[in-house]
Amino acid sequence: MSYIDPHVHMVSRTTDDYERMALAGCVAITEPAFWAGFDRSSPQGFFDYFRCLTETEPRRAAQYGIAHHSWLCINPKEAEDPVFAREVIALIPQFLDRPNVLGIGEIGLNKNSRHELEILEAHLQLAADRNLLVLVHTPHLEDKRKGTRLIMGAIRNQGRLDPGRVLVDHVEEHTVREVLDAGFWAGMTLYPDTKCTPQRAADVFEMHGTDRLWINSAGDWGASDPLAVPKCREEMRRRGHLEEVIRKVSFDNPRTFLSQSGRFRVEVAPTR
Amino acid sequence: MVPSTPSSSATPSLPLSRESVVDRYFLEHRAKVLDVAAFLDRVDRARPASAGGGEDARLRSLRAAVAILVDGQAERARRILELLSDPSTEPIAKAPMKGARGAWEGFGGGASPGGGR
Ligand SMILES: [Zn+2]
Repeated sequence: MSYIDPHVHMVSRTTDDYERMALAGCVAITEPAFWAGFDRSSPQGFFDYFRCLTETEPRRAAQYGIAHHSWLCINPKEAEDPVFAREVIALIPQFLDRPNVLGIGEIGLNKNSRHELEILEAHLQLAADRNLLVLVHTPHLEDKRKGTRLIMGAIRNQGRLDPGRVLVDHVEEHTVREVLDAGFWAGMTLYPDTKCTPQRAADVFEMHGTDRLWINSAGDWGASDPLAVPKCREEMRRRGHLEEVIRKVSFDNPRTFLSQSGRFRVEVAPTR
Repeated sequence: MVPSTPSSSATPSLPLSRESVVDRYFLEHRAKVLDVAAFLDRVDRARPASAGGGEDARLRSLRAAVAILVDGQAERARRILELLSDPSTEPIAKAPMKGARGAWEGFGGGASPGGGR
C-alpha cells in the first residue's frame, strides 16, 4: 500500500533512507524548513538551504520514485533575533514560485518567547498575502500546550487564514482535541522518545477519529525513524483496523490537505 | 477545489477485546514499569549534587504522574501530559535555551509559571 510521509527532513537523511522508504511504499513526501542542529551564521545560509529544498532534494527523491515537496521559513529556534529572522523571511518570496513549494512551514513557537511570536506573525502575514498553506510546528514537551494555544491565537488574530488550510503538527493527547475543534488539520509525529509512538497514535485515532488528522515521521538528524509511518500502519493493521481507515490516515488525508496548494503531486494510485 | 474536511467522521474504535490487548501489550508495559522503578531506585542510590535544595521538579512531576496511573480515572495519557505542561499563558520575554526539559520546572515547588522566567 502506498503512503505519504508529510513531514520528513530528508536533508538530514541518507540516500539509503530514500531507498528504504520507497521499498516500504512511500510515494510522496513533504519537507519543511527546520533547524539544522546549529544556528546559521548568515541569511545566505538559508538561501542555500532553500536551494537544497527546492532543487537537490527533489532530484534525490525522484531517483526512488518519490515526489518531493517543501515548505519554506525560518524556524522558531532561530527566531530569537528578529532582525536576522526578517532578513531570512525577505529571501523566501523568490522561492515561492518553484514547482515543489507548498507553502510556509514549519513555523510556530519553540520556547514561547515574544520574539518567536513576532516572527511567527510575520510568517503568517506572508502566507495570508500569498494565500499559501501553512505547516505549524508546536513546541516540545512542557512547552507544547501553552505554545499550541498561543499559535492558534496568533492565527485567529491574523484574520485572513482559513484554519482548513493550516496543519498544526506534533499534536499529542493533550492538544489534539483543541486543534481539531478549532477547525485546523492536525499531525501526529511518531518519535521513539518524545511526541507520539505508533501505538499512541493509533490510540488517538481510536479516541478522536480520523478526520483532518495525519501521521508523519519528522525524521531528521536526531533520534527518529524514517519508517515510522509504515510502522504505525502495521500497528493499526495488527489491531484489526480496516484497510480503508489505514489508507485514510496515511494517504488520503495528507493528499486532501496538501492538494489545496495546487502543487502537490502523487502519481501512484494506492493499491494493496 | 478539494474540500478541507473528508466526509466520513466515523471514529474507528479499537477492534480488539480487552483480553487481546493485555495478551499483546502486557510484557512490553511490564518492562516499562520496571524501568521506571529501577530509574527511581537509581536516583535514590546516586549522590546528591549539592547540599540543600528540594527535589528536582522533573522527579516531583514523575511521582505525580505515576499516581495518575493508579487513580482509576480515564484519559491517563492526556492528564499526565497536562501535569507536565507549563500552565502559564503569556509569552516569555526571551528564550532561555533551545531545548525543553520534559516537565514544567515550577511543578509542586511553588515557583511562578513560565511567564516569570
Ligand atoms: Zn520538523
